Amino acid sequence: MRVLTAVIAIAAGSLILGGYFLPALADVQTLLLNWAIILAGVAVLVGISNLISVHTDKISRREKGSAYSALLVIGLVATLSFGMILRPHHSTMKIVMNGIIIPAEASLMGVLTISLLYAAIRLLRRRADLMGIIFLSTAALLLFGSATMPLGDIPLIGTLLRPWVTQILALGGARGILIGVALGTLTTGLRVLFGADRPYGGN
Amino acid sequence: MTSLVVLIISSALLLGITLWKRKSPAMLREIPAFTRLYRTLGLSVEDGTRLHVSLGSGSLLDTSGGSALAGLAMLRIIAERTSDSDKPVVASAGNPPLGLLMQDTLQAGYQAAGADELYIPTMGRVTGLTPFGYAAGAMHISKNEDVSANILVGHFSSEVALLAEASDRENVIMIGASDNLTGQAVLFASTQDALIGEELFAAGAYLNADDSHTASLTVQDILRWLVIVALLVGAFAKFAGII
Repeated sequence: MRVLTAVIAIAAGSLILGGYFLPALADVQTLLLNWAIILAGVAVLVGISNLISVHTDKISRREKGSAYSALLVIGLVATLSFGMILRPHHSTMKIVMNGIIIPAEASLMGVLTISLLYAAIRLLRRRADLMGIIFLSTAALLLFGSATMPLGDIPLIGTLLRPWVTQILALGGARGILIGVALGTLTTGLRVLFGADRPYGGN
Repeated sequence: MTSLVVLIISSALLLGITLWKRKSPAMLREIPAFTRLYRTLGLSVEDGTRLHVSLGSGSLLDTSGGSALAGLAMLRIIAERTSDSDKPVVASAGNPPLGLLMQDTLQAGYQAAGADELYIPTMGRVTGLTPFGYAAGAMHISKNEDVSANILVGHFSSEVALLAEASDRENVIMIGASDNLTGQAVLFASTQDALIGEELFAAGAYLNADDSHTASLTVQDILRWLVIVALLVGAFAKFAGII
């Protein structure tokens, strides 16, 4: 069975990759990618059932925070049921989306702002080295350079230093990091394609 | 055409270097995050505490798939290494297909270690379907499940600050790596040991997984030198008016 899954995975990966270079394989590539999208849709249902089983398990064991788990399961089942009965474009579903889900995500983003500020304040305690100082002073420089001041841009910082840091130093560094990530992605993908890494359950 | 050439060269190098029997072990530069991770794996087994491996919300169908696969490879190694612990690893993901592979990888890791009974399906969780939803779900794992270290490997953006803050509040060690530039900047600011850039893909080699992981590091180094030479030659050619 493990050999079969490896053969299927390697063959599917090779055909999809081949589709980018050989026009004859383009149709097969599209077909396989469409199957992958359907499977990803089914995986969402499996993911939701996993979420429900984790939280019902917590409720049945009366673990710490099980009240939140109960709230999550009730909310999930109610939203899913109403969504299936009323359809996603119904006004009630829009109220649920606009009144609960979007504000909850927005409030998390608000918490994130405080978390980032707190992390910046604590940075020098955590990293009292040259890189920590450079990181913090660059962030401060860019903030001062971008801020709207009553008397216009701060001379030198807003007009010269900030554009130079963002367009030369930061852009160059970002490209270097992204090239490294791309090379890592390439070799990781090849390892999966050769069957050396099998994230689909084979030993 | 160029991408096909790069692909063929990379494949040939990876196969050749993996099959080539080294006489001496590969020399790897020290990365503090991996030294800490190595120590954390041993400590969690001794303490009888749990590790939380978080794979982020990367999709396998787009460019974040590479980091998701690297995270799965790391999860597999960690599951095997901590199979003699009293408390099995708990893993979380913010993408359902990744969640399925995560469960499969956990099971395979325990099977490889001969500890099939340790696999519990609910130890691999999909905690949310949006990045913030995922972070909100994963934050509670370190608080409620006797976790001694959060290991974040995958696709994370700014929401990773919420996970870092939760770890900090619970005094839980956090080691983080992301393929996203924003995520890397946030991890650098909020954790002791962040992995930057391609270091994310080096975990297997540093944790002595197998020859293919070390070989992939060598291939990355060779390709990086080729990119550097191409950039310098291109710059010189442009300067000289050749291109």
